[in-house]
Amino acid sequence: MEFTTRGLWTLIHGMGFGALYLLACSGALVELTRLSRRDADAPISRSDEIFLTAYLITMAALAWATVLTGTYIIYPWYRAVAPPGTTNLAAFPQLLLKSSPATIAWHSIGMEWKEHVGWLTPIATTMAAAIQIRYGRHLKNHPQLRAAVLCFVLAAFFAAGIAGFFGAMLDKHAPVEGGSLIRLSHGESQ
Amino acid sequence: MNQKVSAITDSHADVPNGSGAAALLAAGIGCFALAVLAVAGDASPFLKCLLIFYRPTGPLSGVTTVTLLVWLACWAILEQCWRKRTVALGRVSTIALALLGMSLLLTFPPIADLF
Repeated sequence: MEFTTRGLWTLIHGMGFGALYLLACSGALVELTRLSRRDADAPISRSDEIFLTAYLITMAALAWATVLTGTYIIYPWYRAVAPPGTTNLAAFPQLLLKSSPATIAWHSIGMEWKEHVGWLTPIATTMAAAIQIRYGRHLKNHPQLRAAVLCFVLAAFFAAGIAGFFGAMLDKHAPVEGGSLIRLSHGESQ
Repeated sequence: MNQKVSAITDSHADVPNGSGAAALLAAGIGCFALAVLAVAGDASPFLKCLLIFYRPTGPLSGVTTVTLLVWLACWAILEQCWRKRTVALGRVSTIALALLGMSLLLTFPPIADLF
């Protein structure tokens, strides 16, 4: 059982930061909706307020970690240029996808969309966290602001979902592999 | 004493909506800037070269860096102007959400390729 360092980074980016963000996002949407639908007179406890603030800050950190590892660590490996005369494109995912009409759209739509739309997520999530820090439990007194924040978090969820879906599909059709080998265990031959 | 404690715990209670509106509109502008820069960088070879801040990542490095600068600068300016004010939040959030919607559309490659 072994994988490469580049494979490990895609795992950290997608299954680590990205998947955790997506899981957290659904929780944030539920919590924001739940708090805003409470009876106007029902007080929101200090612990609920602290929990939601910490939750949104963690989500923003996850979103930043996802886009930064994706853009500055994995994307350069994805778009690497092959030396002239290279026939095996396995180490050059972008070129591998563009080499066949059956896979080119994974790059021209999938990666082209993912690389940009994914960046909307940390901006929207940071804004939501900043507003929660500033207003805390009193955000419920600003219904228009609360509704707009919910819309931005929903859009961030959608954008992260697109990026996550295409990330998984791209990795399936042209995985980013290479670098040194990390061996977890030796199997026994049968 | 009790009054003082209450004042501390409820320090957010009378915060005007200007701060939130500033964060909201700046996020909308930031998202839209990203989409516009992505489309412009794709359409113009000159701009594409100009946006290469870090060669291994290509123009995406410039698109995202400029976006962050635009977003943070707008946020700082709007926060400075609005933090102590109550603004027309309905109009601000409509503009912010329209900008967000347009950025989602413009980042979709078949639409971006129309420009």
